[in-house]
Amino acid sequence: MTRISMSVDGANYTDEVEPRTLLVHYLRERLGKIGTVVGCDTSNCGACTVHLDGTSVKSCTVLAVQADGHDVTTIEGLAQGEQLHPMQQAFHDNHALQCGYCTPGMIMQSIDLLQHNPHPTEEEVREGLEGNLCRCTGYQNIVKAVLSVAEGATS
Amino acid sequence: MTVTEDRPTTEVGAPRRRKEDRRLITGRTRWTDNITLPGMLHLAMVRSPSAHATIRSVDTSAAKQSPGVVAVFTGADLADEQGASLPCAWPITPDQKAPPHPAMAVTSVNFAGEIVACVVARSAVEAKDAVELVDVEYDDLDVVLDLAKAAADEQVVYPDLGTNVSATWVFDSAEEGTGTDVDAAIGGAEIVIERTYRQQRLIPAFMEPRSVVVDPTGEQTTLWSATQIPHILRLMLALTCGISESKLRVVAPDVGGGFGGKLQVTPEEVITLVVGRRLGKPCKYTETRSESLMAAHHGRDQLQRLTLSATKNGTVTGLKVDLLADMGAYLGLVTPGVPILGAFMYNSIYKFPAYRFTCTNVFTNKVWTDAYRGAGRPEATYAIERLMDELAVEVGVDPMEIRERNWIKHEEFPFTTVCGLEYDSGNYEAATAKAKELFGYDDLRVEQQRRRTANDPVQLGIGISTFTEMCGLAPSRVLGSLSYGAGGWEHASVRMLPSGKVEVVTGSSPHGQGHETAWSQIVADRLGVPFDDIEVLHGDTAVSHKGMDSYGSRSLTVGGMAVVAASDKVIEKARVIAAHLLEASADDLEFGDGKFSVRGTDASMGIGEIALAVFAAHNLPDGVEPSLDSDATYDPTNFSFPHGTHLCAAEVDTETGEVSIRSYVCVDDIGKVINPLIVEGQVHGGLAQGIAQALWEEAVYDESGTLVTGSFVDYLVPSAADVPAFTTDRTETPATSNVLGVKGVGEAGTIASTPAVVNAVVDAVRHFGVNDIQMPCSPLRVWTAIQRASAGDSTPRDVSTTDDNAIPSHNAQLGDGDTEGDTEGGQA
Repeated sequence: MTRISMSVDGANYTDEVEPRTLLVHYLRERLGKIGTVVGCDTSNCGACTVHLDGTSVKSCTVLAVQADGHDVTTIEGLAQGEQLHPMQQAFHDNHALQCGYCTPGMIMQSIDLLQHNPHPTEEEVREGLEGNLCRCTGYQNIVKAVLSVAEGATS
Repeated sequence: MTVTEDRPTTEVGAPRRRKEDRRLITGRTRWTDNITLPGMLHLAMVRSPSAHATIRSVDTSAAKQSPGVVAVFTGADLADEQGASLPCAWPITPDQKAPPHPAMAVTSVNFAGEIVACVVARSAVEAKDAVELVDVEYDDLDVVLDLAKAAADEQVVYPDLGTNVSATWVFDSAEEGTGTDVDAAIGGAEIVIERTYRQQRLIPAFMEPRSVVVDPTGEQTTLWSATQIPHILRLMLALTCGISESKLRVVAPDVGGGFGGKLQVTPEEVITLVVGRRLGKPCKYTETRSESLMAAHHGRDQLQRLTLSATKNGTVTGLKVDLLADMGAYLGLVTPGVPILGAFMYNSIYKFPAYRFTCTNVFTNKVWTDAYRGAGRPEATYAIERLMDELAVEVGVDPMEIRERNWIKHEEFPFTTVCGLEYDSGNYEAATAKAKELFGYDDLRVEQQRRRTANDPVQLGIGISTFTEMCGLAPSRVLGSLSYGAGGWEHASVRMLPSGKVEVVTGSSPHGQGHETAWSQIVADRLGVPFDDIEVLHGDTAVSHKGMDSYGSRSLTVGGMAVVAASDKVIEKARVIAAHLLEASADDLEFGDGKFSVRGTDASMGIGEIALAVFAAHNLPDGVEPSLDSDATYDPTNFSFPHGTHLCAAEVDTETGEVSIRSYVCVDDIGKVINPLIVEGQVHGGLAQGIAQALWEEAVYDESGTLVTGSFVDYLVPSAADVPAFTTDRTETPATSNVLGVKGVGEAGTIASTPAVVNAVVDAVRHFGVNDIQMPCSPLRVWTAIQRASAGDSTPRDVSTTDDNAIPSHNAQLGDGDTEGDTEGGQA
């Protein structure tokens, strides 16, 4: 077992974990951060995407021990009380989710995308999200939501 | 005839943002895998690597010694409790053959991935570790994979049955009296077109892997499951496992997509239930994605042999369909009926005088097939829309022209088809005109011709799909006539709370559709109460005790109508009490905007005030019960028939075979719309799945029966970068068979889009002599088709055997240029 410490959604945690424990399993099973979900076992779907020191990672491809000493933000840490993050609001406003299973990862990746490219074209948004799979929406409204936040930032 | 009310509405038709979003966008969700109970144990499954074998021995001793392991069970251990077989609710013929389907294999395995043992441990990780230690010895048997060869009984999956043929089902319009004799039509025809099309095997690939939690403590055993069908599941689990139905509560909490894939009674549900009850401890099982792709049921997998006859001006005179349908190794809940759902749709929107459909259901050593979005209807739509393009080529007219010559004109509704279905309403002309305009149809045809003339390496193709579907499953009498094991009604309750708030209980079971929002809109208008004052409850048999659940685009047309009926009963109950309290005759009361008014006076009373008066019950008429709460069970009188015109412009790089969708336009007519935002979302998602069948997705087995596409690396669910932007629009021809005027939209996009895309791809390269490309139309398949045709091989490619299905789709080392398995080009 290895001792790790990290900040998750603004709170500090210290735990003993098996070295093989994936970050997503640590978040879900030890910390109860069940807003982050698992959709595959090959790092294709992106449902488990979180931010590690502000940058998106698939938490199924990061060991919990690799996050030792770092800051993790999950979907549960985005809203300030009742105030939704602009990306969460945009997903709601644009009907960018149906079953909602991919949504936490999709929102986290979308935020990261705009951090790196504040004014993307539609094509850049589509390419920036290609590591996140959605089976319900056909992506049209997800792309629309992301573009709406990008436009909002310029106004 | 339109029977929708003229009363102005405020909610129905409004693009309401969804109520259910907030918890989903903030991560406060209730997926089954999120549930943790005190002392909960975890299951992991031992699955067969062999596609066909007898089980010689199962040694669990090492696994039992593994850290954290509480128990290990084999099929023999659970044989008594798991019941003889998982249920099949749809025996399509009286003599249908079916092997028993035990949840955990006892003596033999019949597809790779079948469960042979399970480990129960204190953690999921410990359970999975110990799976590796279970030692199973198999005696391998010959595997049966090829559908056509299986149908010929070259080798049989089940020697006891003596054949791979489960059942043969026939619809003949001459015998049924709904049309004329198809052989006579074909025999004397000026044009006869014969084609064989392959509906490849697909995987529903819902994003939330299936999960089940069982709590056997308490008077009722509670089972949470990522299921579309909590009500059906409760009954079927009780019957299968010999548990009193009243001792079982089933909950479908937040469910992450289904698309038919969660319309099943699964081995995993039965095993977790049986193990939980055996151990007396809460138990959880959550599948991995690999397990999901391998062992959750697949869809499609049919071979369609088609003969279409027509006059030389292109009027269709007959259609004969000879279908082989791959059941896989077992019959799931509705497996044998899926092709039958397509039987009534091959004639689509057209006025065919003669029709015969013959379906042969066949066993192979693959995971069983069952419902996948559209279920039978996409296959039918694909076949006829591809054939109409072929007919247009024979006649020498534009493919839209050939459709117009054959379709039912709007003034001809209601129209009884060659299958005996009565289409209540539709306007194919209007949807098509709108779609053509949005698409720029004529301009694109000009551009296509220009590129052909210039011998442009990138050719343009235009694909049409003018489709209809039967939705709103289903009138119970019709289901009875098709030997289905249940009715097709739906239940709802509307409860008036003392504070004037409303609880709506629905037997529909949403898993992403947005029923909480849409049902609130319906009830808000019906009862005149604010949208936000309505709570929609579902998916828990202790709350919603009765229902038929969600599939087959039935929720709104059947479940929504039950909500309407229950709401109307509330109003009628309230009317009697309002009359008493207002000291007026009930006949003098008008109900509107949430209140009863006495005609010709200022006197009125709101339904909330009446609810409070009923709660107090101090002053009610004699003999009137103190309750406004109402139940309704609605059985539809007919199916509904949404339709639409889908147009796809595809660019094909003739040097690489790569297909790129330049534009996709669809105009759907789904009758009245409750929430246009939700409707558009359903269409978008459906389009992506239908396009994926045309271009990317295929479940591929190798020659030993191992699923090659066993992860999202190989099974190409499209990403945002793969799918195009869509242009969607609507026409509105209300259904006349229900007072909401609605038709259903859940499957439309998937049903319509596949042939639109393939028609576009074939159209782009037809001038080379290509008349078919097998799905998915990968670059290799498209390129090969061009090369063959250019080399003068203009004979239609033979897909009467399906050997190429056994070729790994991504296996680059296959040097044979004739293989057509490559599906690269899905996700970049």
